[in-house]
Amino acid sequence: MQHRIDINKYGPRGQTMAEAIQSCVHCGFCLAACPTYKVLGEEMDSPRGRIYLMKEVLEEKLSIEEAQPYLDRCLGCIGCVPTCPSGVRYDELIVSYRAFSEPQRRRSLTDSMARRMIAETLPYPSRFRKAVASGKVGKLFKGAMPEKMGAMLGLIPTDLPVDKPLPPFYPAKGKRRAKVALLSGCVQTVLDPDINWATLRVLSENGVEIVIPQAQGCCGSIMMHIGEEERAKKLARQNLQAFRPNEVDAIITNAAGCGSGMKEYGLLFKGLPEESEAEQFAHKVQDITVFLDKLGFKPPAALPEPLTVAYQDACHLLHAQGIRNPPRNLLASIPNLTLLEVGDGGLCCGSAGTYNIEQPEIAHQLGQRKVQHILNTGAQAVVSGNIGCLTQIQTHLTERGISLPLFHTVKLLDWAYRQTN
Amino acid sequence: MNDQPFFSALQKIYPKDRLLTQGVQLLAYESDALTSFQAKPTAVVIPETQEEAIETVRLCHQFGVPFVARGSGTSLSGGSLPIKDGIVIALNRLNHIKKLDPDQRIAVVEPGVVNLHISQAADRYNLYYAPDPSSQPVCTIGGNVAFNSGGAHCLKYGMTSNHILGLKVVLADGEVVEFGSESLEGVGVGPDLIGLFVGSEGLFGIALEITVRLLPKPELYRTVLAAYNDLETAGNAVAMVVASGLLPGAMEIMDRLAIKAAESGVDAGYPENAAALLIVELEGEAEQVETEFEEIMEVIKESGAYEVRVAKDAEQRLQIWKGRKGAFSSVGRLSPDYIVQDGVVPRSHLGKALAEIDRLSQEYGLDVANVFHAGDGNLHPLILFNGREPGALEHAEELAGKILKMCVDLGGSITGEHGVGMEKRRYMPAMFSEVDLETMKAIRRQIDPKEISNRGKMFPGGEAPALKMTGMHPLEAQGIISRE
Repeated sequence: MQHRIDINKYGPRGQTMAEAIQSCVHCGFCLAACPTYKVLGEEMDSPRGRIYLMKEVLEEKLSIEEAQPYLDRCLGCIGCVPTCPSGVRYDELIVSYRAFSEPQRRRSLTDSMARRMIAETLPYPSRFRKAVASGKVGKLFKGAMPEKMGAMLGLIPTDLPVDKPLPPFYPAKGKRRAKVALLSGCVQTVLDPDINWATLRVLSENGVEIVIPQAQGCCGSIMMHIGEEERAKKLARQNLQAFRPNEVDAIITNAAGCGSGMKEYGLLFKGLPEESEAEQFAHKVQDITVFLDKLGFKPPAALPEPLTVAYQDACHLLHAQGIRNPPRNLLASIPNLTLLEVGDGGLCCGSAGTYNIEQPEIAHQLGQRKVQHILNTGAQAVVSGNIGCLTQIQTHLTERGISLPLFHTVKLLDWAYRQTN
Repeated sequence: MNDQPFFSALQKIYPKDRLLTQGVQLLAYESDALTSFQAKPTAVVIPETQEEAIETVRLCHQFGVPFVARGSGTSLSGGSLPIKDGIVIALNRLNHIKKLDPDQRIAVVEPGVVNLHISQAADRYNLYYAPDPSSQPVCTIGGNVAFNSGGAHCLKYGMTSNHILGLKVVLADGEVVEFGSESLEGVGVGPDLIGLFVGSEGLFGIALEITVRLLPKPELYRTVLAAYNDLETAGNAVAMVVASGLLPGAMEIMDRLAIKAAESGVDAGYPENAAALLIVELEGEAEQVETEFEEIMEVIKESGAYEVRVAKDAEQRLQIWKGRKGAFSSVGRLSPDYIVQDGVVPRSHLGKALAEIDRLSQEYGLDVANVFHAGDGNLHPLILFNGREPGALEHAEELAGKILKMCVDLGGSITGEHGVGMEKRRYMPAMFSEVDLETMKAIRRQIDPKEISNRGKMFPGGEAPALKMTGMHPLEAQGIISRE
């Protein structure tokens, strides 16, 4: 598509945005992959429509405010990217565009408060834990914005699991096959600290030694996702210092969103002194399932009882990182476990980082669709590689009064080992 | 024009969120898949019931407001380009499959249903809807009807028109009529009104219910990929297959540039260094396909292919098709802009036509990628250009015009399946005499006296000199369209 964007006006990311727009031919193949288009059926809420609107803003023909409602509705699920025959890097475009537009937009007081609350709390496990425990989340929002408060409170559990700090080092069982560093994450460690512990045990079981840099923090993906670029950089810098990519075979993550975000560190620091260091870091990042699948996963012994499991693709694994087979391979290697596919599996569940807080209505519709597809499989349990998806699915199952066990992929692997060991 | 009474009437039909009038909303609708043309409508309405759509058309007729019906906006000829001072009727929410009868093998669907969704719904009965435009995961059946869409497998099964049994239509003056019936046997009495409507590019009105034929899913596919050292030999191979009396489900050719695009777009894994690829697919009853397969392999062996692959399973078959179906859009990776052409030549002239395209490409200094339905002579030259260079679009369009002229001279047509739309209006006089065109217009005015339904499409502007492509497009001069 032709454009008249003056790329020099937009810093190092101007080129990235212009290239993405230029490679779009407006063919419409993306429509089928876009969750908001599926729900709303309007051109402005489709990837190609959003690309068009971003083009108009960057060409200075349209104001940021006018375009914003439609760009805010983008889940950032990246479902459109693998579908695009023309290779438009919508992922790079939307992240760059949000970084450009966010500082310039005018938000209402309540909106700014909610975002600030997110930015100041979610990335910091101790603050997040305290906020939830003291009920501050509720108090802060009471009266100010009932709708969003409802959405937020609906997702946050009333009682949190006990904090179990991770050690700086965890040894390999048997002969050492590899050495990795683990990103411990932020929200996930508070909501479900066992995922990290399961990760340590499963890696160890496979002969992998793990270092857990104690100076690390949130990866910054959530901040990148919502256009809070400076905050994202601050968090990323902390990790660039805490990790030593050269000393490990991989930097492991067990959260889909963190993995895709850290793989974008190069883009985040584009044109800055940290660019090459960030690229190196990004290059080492691997999802736990990919790492184990490549290493040669040691399958657990047969489960005592047959189990059917529906695997739910997290967008930031499937679309953003192109990870489809590795988690399936690992799960399918467990004897007595049957893996079931979820209908329309590539369609986002509506969790999408902070989306279910910012766009509760669409998130709700997508959550309902997803749960229906999962129930259609008749599976006895649900597995996914992302805490956000698990929380969203849990919320919608509870809403329908259905109880179905949910597992993070790595927790199911850990459970399988423990069933048989 | 004072639009106020018209808009007040629209507001009575549509709630605010289904009557789009803000600039930003209208912007998103200003182009379809042919972005060289843009026109901003005054409003977009999104009906959720057939009654709302009918009422809207009646209002348009009453107030003389032009409208264009739009589905997924995948037209490559600008067929769903909005009309300035007109409205867009977006049919995406009229997307119900109203009936699916596996015994009669029919489905009754609304226009906003996506082509592929019909086959998905029919799958459990082992049936499918045959016409398969490359955009089938997104394009809607309403658009398929308007443009008589084809696809790779139309060689064997025919275009959209061969699969439509019945239509419920709101004509441009608001009258609701029904053509055809629910059975194949019911067609053929009286004038072929379905034949008149399908492919009329929206000039008569909007199809609200479409009765389509469903076919049993082929028991077996045999998909062969043959690589050639030059394009002409591949073209001749098609003639050899045709001469052998076999009728494959599809026969497709891609040239070097198209292969390159498909490779970079979807990692198709095609044979390296091929100057041309021929895809031949046999399909149908298992026994017959196996017999035909042996025969076709003989023909291909003799055709001079340097590598022949046969898809071993469904996955390999899809992989072969993935590259072909994504080829157009993948060209976006090779060039920022391109024009897709859709000319048809008699199959016996395929080799000659390809050689002439190659010569023209060199003469104009523009790359042309060829990817086409070889089996029915439907060429799809993609002319690559950089729209940021001044005059580049005009230069590319001139080449496109020469190619279409050649198609007509060889006894073919300016369009095989994409339609005339906006893009090929000016080439109509190359195919049709003034009397032909006047007759078509007379029929149109009989049904749409105010010429409000998809106004400005298909017919060349009265003052537009035929096949002359210098200066502004007549509609640009009138301020009806703009392009960059």
